[in-house]
Amino acid sequence: MLSSVAERIYWAARYLERAENTARLVSVYDSLLLDLPRGIDISWYNLVELNSATEAFAEHYRVRDERNVVKFLLADADHAGALVNSLRMVRENLRTTRDVFAPEVWEFVNDLFYFATDNVAQGTGRKLRHQFTGGIIRGCEQVNGQIAATTSRDAPWQFIQLGRHLERADMTTRILDAGAVALLQSAERAQVNLGQIVWGHVLRSLSAELAYRRAVRVRVAGPEVANFLLNDPYFPRTIRFCREQVASAIRLLPGSESMLGALEEVAAVYYPIASIEDLGQAFRDYLNEIQIRIGTMHERIRDAWFAQR
Amino acid sequence: MALDWKHYDSGALFDELISSPGNARAPARRLVAYLASLNDAEIESRRRMAEATIRQMGVTFTVYSEEGNIDRAWPFDIIPRTIAARQWREVEAGLKQRLRALNRFIDDIYHDQRIIADGVFPAEVLAQSKNFRPECVGASPPFGVWAHICGTDLVRDERGRFFVLEDNLRVPSGVAYMLENRAITKRVLPELFESDAILPVSDYPARLFDMLAALSPRKLSNPGIVVLTPGIYNSAYFEHAYLAQQMGVELVEGRDLVVGDDDCVYMRTIAGRERVDVIYRRIDDLFLDPEVFNPESTLGVPGLMRAWRAGQVALANAPGAGVADDKVVYAYVPQMIEYYLGEKPLLANVETFLCADPAQRAYVLDHLDELVVKPANESGGYGMLVGPHATRKERAEFARRIQADPRNYIAQPTLKLSVAPTLVDGGRLEPRHLDLRPFVLQAEDMYVTTGGLTRVALRKGSLVVNSSQGGGSKDTWIVDTDAK
Repeated sequence: MLSSVAERIYWAARYLERAENTARLVSVYDSLLLDLPRGIDISWYNLVELNSATEAFAEHYRVRDERNVVKFLLADADHAGALVNSLRMVRENLRTTRDVFAPEVWEFVNDLFYFATDNVAQGTGRKLRHQFTGGIIRGCEQVNGQIAATTSRDAPWQFIQLGRHLERADMTTRILDAGAVALLQSAERAQVNLGQIVWGHVLRSLSAELAYRRAVRVRVAGPEVANFLLNDPYFPRTIRFCREQVASAIRLLPGSESMLGALEEVAAVYYPIASIEDLGQAFRDYLNEIQIRIGTMHERIRDAWFAQR
Repeated sequence: MALDWKHYDSGALFDELISSPGNARAPARRLVAYLASLNDAEIESRRRMAEATIRQMGVTFTVYSEEGNIDRAWPFDIIPRTIAARQWREVEAGLKQRLRALNRFIDDIYHDQRIIADGVFPAEVLAQSKNFRPECVGASPPFGVWAHICGTDLVRDERGRFFVLEDNLRVPSGVAYMLENRAITKRVLPELFESDAILPVSDYPARLFDMLAALSPRKLSNPGIVVLTPGIYNSAYFEHAYLAQQMGVELVEGRDLVVGDDDCVYMRTIAGRERVDVIYRRIDDLFLDPEVFNPESTLGVPGLMRAWRAGQVALANAPGAGVADDKVVYAYVPQMIEYYLGEKPLLANVETFLCADPAQRAYVLDHLDELVVKPANESGGYGMLVGPHATRKERAEFARRIQADPRNYIAQPTLKLSVAPTLVDGGRLEPRHLDLRPFVLQAEDMYVTTGGLTRVALRKGSLVVNSSQGGGSKDTWIVDTDAK
């Protein structure tokens, strides 16, 4: 397949995953803040920080309140990472790779894009936000389902897998980081069950609550949740699962020999978590390290398959 | 309330669907009866369904403007235009005849120029042609065919006779809209496809693929075929992507291709370079190869002309084919048909005055208020003067332009173009002018689309059907009225 097409498919998958994750993040934060005990102050602005978007935010907003943060994340046409822009990028990348996908994929993407642009005001207001984020998640899953049901498992599929799982792993680290930050911020006033509330929402934001209960069989607690989301081999949003998906996609692509070293490097970082003390700054540094390696992996993929030769 | 067919009246104009108020023509009979059975709400719901389908299918065209390029939804009228199959077969034969002659002409022009030596076609016309490419002289594309894909614009006069308005031989567009119009109509008026003998249009992509494959320099069962697009900002990008997808071939941009030292063309893939045999190019000649034509072009592929001349790659249409896509050359097509084929033209030209000829020029300048004046090499309906609708000032300006550059202008009588009932605001029917662009494929064999793209001038009284200037389209039904 064409290098340029491979690149666009990879990005379409990344942006689709990013749009869905943004919707999940906003939705979960929404309900997290409702659950928090009085006096615990966790800021919406954390969402801007964990998306590494503080500078972009500062360009357009002064007040770091719910209204501005949600608008910035969902609707802001000037913010490249806003949900509507992610969907626009899915559409633009698919428009230029329509020869790869079944026509229904294109139709579903158009439906989703228009749903988002027509209804985004619901998402920025509070009352109908849940309907909006739910609609986005459903729409993304519909596109994914249609792709999964109609795409041959040859090279284009491998690039979808690469894009989706790199983006997903990246988001899982960010959501874990959000949990860690929330608890660090409120450390002084920590209440007994705050950890449970926060980590419960971390799981929920990844739709991982059920899988966690089945696999871990203990009540929700920070170290267990972190270990699960990092190392569980079966749940499709853990770092390990994503890494293995990326590895098997790479092995099925031509000329992947040069990539195998890079894969081992990513696997080599390991951070043991035994108690709640292990979820402090060192944990955040570790998550940051994973994000850097995801970035490196992206560059390797680009050099191997997208660069013009 | 339902659509009011009794009071729908197109006056002295030829109406595609009715012969007189309340009386449908044979191929439109079932259609008109069915539409008359729907009430206002049902018609409105069908119209909305078409709109939603267009949005969902992402059928768009690009409008260039100061604020950037905007994708607009394709303007579409749900009432199809019908033509009897028997009549269509005659048009089809005329189109094939015309394209055989045009391809003989192009091949002759780039070789011996017998038609000039024999005094049938004037050397001055060629000398001033903007689309003649000296770089192509002596080249011999397969089967002697240069224009593999032609979009011929047809119009009908007040008696319903078909005329050829122009031959688009460079990079004609619109066929994807023809196919999408049918897909939309099948969703919007499914009942009629069950009962009426509407001939299908869907085999075009397969025919296009076969035609392109026949051009391959390597005789392979599965040659490397690509569609070369200038990219997403081109107004026909939708179509480029659509056709690549329908044919199952790669859609490439110039930077995806490279010409090797062996004069072969390759595309850059994730597994390295892969040979390309046939390029369906949707880029104008002058942007194809910066080594030969416009050196500034970033859309093309350096060395592409070298590869083509060496016979290592086929280009469709061949560079230089546009020499016959010129409104002055057009005037000579009937003579070409007699000269090359020894046949009488089956399809007539519209009467055409050549401003290069002093006597004809004098007539044109005297009758500007009755004529349509067109530059020889523009497309998209730009740079035209529609005499009867123009202001005195506009006519004076055109008179000046014609005198400054007579070779660049032709004039034609203002045609009383045929009309068809079209749904307008308020859910009423009004007549609107339309034309028809069938597509003709030629390699070893020839193929004509079943019908073509009907373009309709959505503004009342307007004769301009171009989508960039307020035109829309309708599905075109070739109806077999003899079918049981």
